[in-house]
Amino acid sequence: MSTATTMHDETGHVPPAEVEEVELYHAKTWLGKYVFSQDAKVIAIQYGCTAIAIGMVGLVLSLMMRLQLGFPNEFSFINPSNYIQAVTMHGMIMVVYLLTALFLGGFGNYFIPIMIGARDMVFPYVNMLSFWIYLLSVLILVASFFVPGGPSGAGWTLYPPQVMLEGTPGHEWGAILMLVSLAFFIIGFTMGGLNYVVTVLQARTRGMTLMRLPLTVWGIFMATILALLAFPALLVSAIMMLFDMLLGASFFMPAIVSMGEQLDHSGGSPILFQHLFWFFGHPEVYIVALPAFGMVSDILSVHARKAIFGYRMMVWAIVAIGGLSFIVWAHHMYVSGMNPYFGFFFATTTLIIAVPTALKVYNWVLTLWRGNIHLTIPMLFAIGFIFTFVNGGLTGLFLGNVTVDLPLSDTLFVVAHFHMVMAVSPVLVLYGAIYHWYPKISGRMFHQGMAQFHFWITFVGSYAIYYPMHYLGLMGVPRRYFSMGSTDFILPSAQGLNEFITIAAIIVGVTQLLFIYNLVWSLFKGEKASDNPWNATTLEWQTATTPPGHGNFGKELPLVYRWPYDYSVPGEDIDFLPQNQPPRGAG
Amino acid sequence: MSESVAQGEHTGGMAGVAADWSSDQRAFKGVPWHKAMMWIFLLSDTFIFSCFLISYMEVRSTTTAVWPSSSEVFALTIMGNSIPLVLIAIMTFILITSSGTMAMAVRFGYQKNKNMTAFLLIVTALLGLSFVGMQAFEWTKLIVEEGVRPWGNPMGAPQFGSTFFMVTGFHGFHVSVGVIFLVITAVKVMRGSYDNERPGFMTGRKGSYQFVETMGLYWHFVDLVWVFIFAFFYLW
Repeated sequence: MSTATTMHDETGHVPPAEVEEVELYHAKTWLGKYVFSQDAKVIAIQYGCTAIAIGMVGLVLSLMMRLQLGFPNEFSFINPSNYIQAVTMHGMIMVVYLLTALFLGGFGNYFIPIMIGARDMVFPYVNMLSFWIYLLSVLILVASFFVPGGPSGAGWTLYPPQVMLEGTPGHEWGAILMLVSLAFFIIGFTMGGLNYVVTVLQARTRGMTLMRLPLTVWGIFMATILALLAFPALLVSAIMMLFDMLLGASFFMPAIVSMGEQLDHSGGSPILFQHLFWFFGHPEVYIVALPAFGMVSDILSVHARKAIFGYRMMVWAIVAIGGLSFIVWAHHMYVSGMNPYFGFFFATTTLIIAVPTALKVYNWVLTLWRGNIHLTIPMLFAIGFIFTFVNGGLTGLFLGNVTVDLPLSDTLFVVAHFHMVMAVSPVLVLYGAIYHWYPKISGRMFHQGMAQFHFWITFVGSYAIYYPMHYLGLMGVPRRYFSMGSTDFILPSAQGLNEFITIAAIIVGVTQLLFIYNLVWSLFKGEKASDNPWNATTLEWQTATTPPGHGNFGKELPLVYRWPYDYSVPGEDIDFLPQNQPPRGAG
Repeated sequence: MSESVAQGEHTGGMAGVAADWSSDQRAFKGVPWHKAMMWIFLLSDTFIFSCFLISYMEVRSTTTAVWPSSSEVFALTIMGNSIPLVLIAIMTFILITSSGTMAMAVRFGYQKNKNMTAFLLIVTALLGLSFVGMQAFEWTKLIVEEGVRPWGNPMGAPQFGSTFFMVTGFHGFHVSVGVIFLVITAVKVMRGSYDNERPGFMTGRKGSYQFVETMGLYWHFVDLVWVFIFAFFYLW
């Protein structure tokens, strides 16, 4: 009964302001307001639109791969070279340029300041530069489609030596542009990421303690810290690889014979690249997952009209996952030929990370338990996320153990696993979050019917795509292969499953256009949204105007009296108490 | 709880840390935004240099060819005697000295002593510039006289040249950027931007002598990194 009141410290006292408010820079021109804007909310929308646009390119590339796998050699525009180029670009675009940019650059920019009660990021000008450098990195990446040889075809992991060997598509220009683009992405992200971290730490409003932050902010905050510490490894490996490619150095290139010729390289270590890459690559999984964890917690709590179960545990689980994610990287390298003792260590840490993660899943389910569940569109996506994430997590147990991983390595089982856990799961949260916050960002409600259709096709379709893929993987069907050739161990029925997956993928892919259409349609024709359509407690719903203006809040910044999950508090007239509502009697 | 927080701001030790972190508004009391941001940037930059140095150690220990002896490669012949590491010793001395002048600039900044602050910032910048100059001399000598290239050198393992140019180049880039910002900071001090709180172009925040300290954090970091590069590259 009294869980909600015992969880937080309810006092009428809010400490006095420690610093005077900083003045905002108000742009005077149209260009300064909407294009070269320093307002975090405008930057967020710019980030979001750019990320979704390049994400659509990634989606088309994935359909191209599926067409070849489902109907081998039916389409003359797909050949082995551009198939592997599609694999490469699809992976890199989705992981870095879509998910990282959308979660941190998009949602981070919009919701960090407004949820913690700040008017903007701490350094808006640097924040603006962050977006423009990100855009530049996207343009460089896109440019690699148009250079001689096309984009890199080394797989999204860009493993040397094949990335720079003759015979790998894109070894002339594509790989170089990819590395340069990544370097720019990292520089741009660092500018934004420093802003997000300092804003959370140093620019909260009066009464907003760290333990009163919505979990969305906690997730984005921790993910940003991970990114600031993980991207350096990628930057360094990109620089070293550029040395190898442009200056003939041999950091990653051993002595090697290619096309019957002894190359000029000698003495380098390809495994070093793998270590550097995965030192970035594994935290990257959590850079994508932690914001999703945070947002889904908020969505579940709002639409179940119930406090999140175990808030403090949820926060510490985010922190623990963040810390552990730095010591599990070599579980991506069990078959790389590294010292087998490493495999033992990294398998252990990998399984340990399941503990805080499982704790979060239990808490989400317990939040739903006996809640007043409203099956709104965001809630459908959030519940869909829990199912999908559990599925993906369970297959992670197979791949985290060395002996089980060895036969499954480089099969479609791996593809199915990581698409369930870090593609479909975060994307479901992204959709849920976009539907959840769309009324606040645009001032209009989205179209319900289209959104329902979008959810069911996407959710069921994802399972139609990835469940069969597990079976194919267990059968031994390798990933990244253009065609299977005449192999005995792959049964003829595998082709039937592949066709089925491809048809499902096309249906799901086309349905995403409906989502974009819904966003645009609702922007003009949607029903006007009220300031707080979901009756949520967090500060972004308490703004004076919808969408919020420059500076987020009115003349006075809100004062925070309570944690963000005061739903269905016993003895109250309404079932939610906003964070800025003073306790009774404190006036 | 509010009472304990109010008292906590004045207590030191772990209790003070806990009180600060469980309070509202700011986790680091009295720390301006730019200073907090510089610390976090330096943490990120630490990871960059760590990756560089660990990669260097890795390639050095896995490469099959013999690693050139640094005390022979980095020796200068002065008056007919070959003295090992003499240039590096001078460069290190200069950079460490510049950390001293930087620290003095911060102190005079907090005393709002405009002329001394600007003077010391310029001295620091000049010392940094001479460091970069000597580095350019060292690179020229290696490239022109010793024939060291990123893809190979006459002394042994080809990775010697590539790691050397990469790591010292990345550090030299940091020093050069630092010199530019030292000059900018000095100009701001002389112009009175920190006295009359003129907003900065990049930060948009009111000018204050605390920016000198933030500049100093970066500069000391660059010096500290050099100590590690010096130890791992020249002394190993």
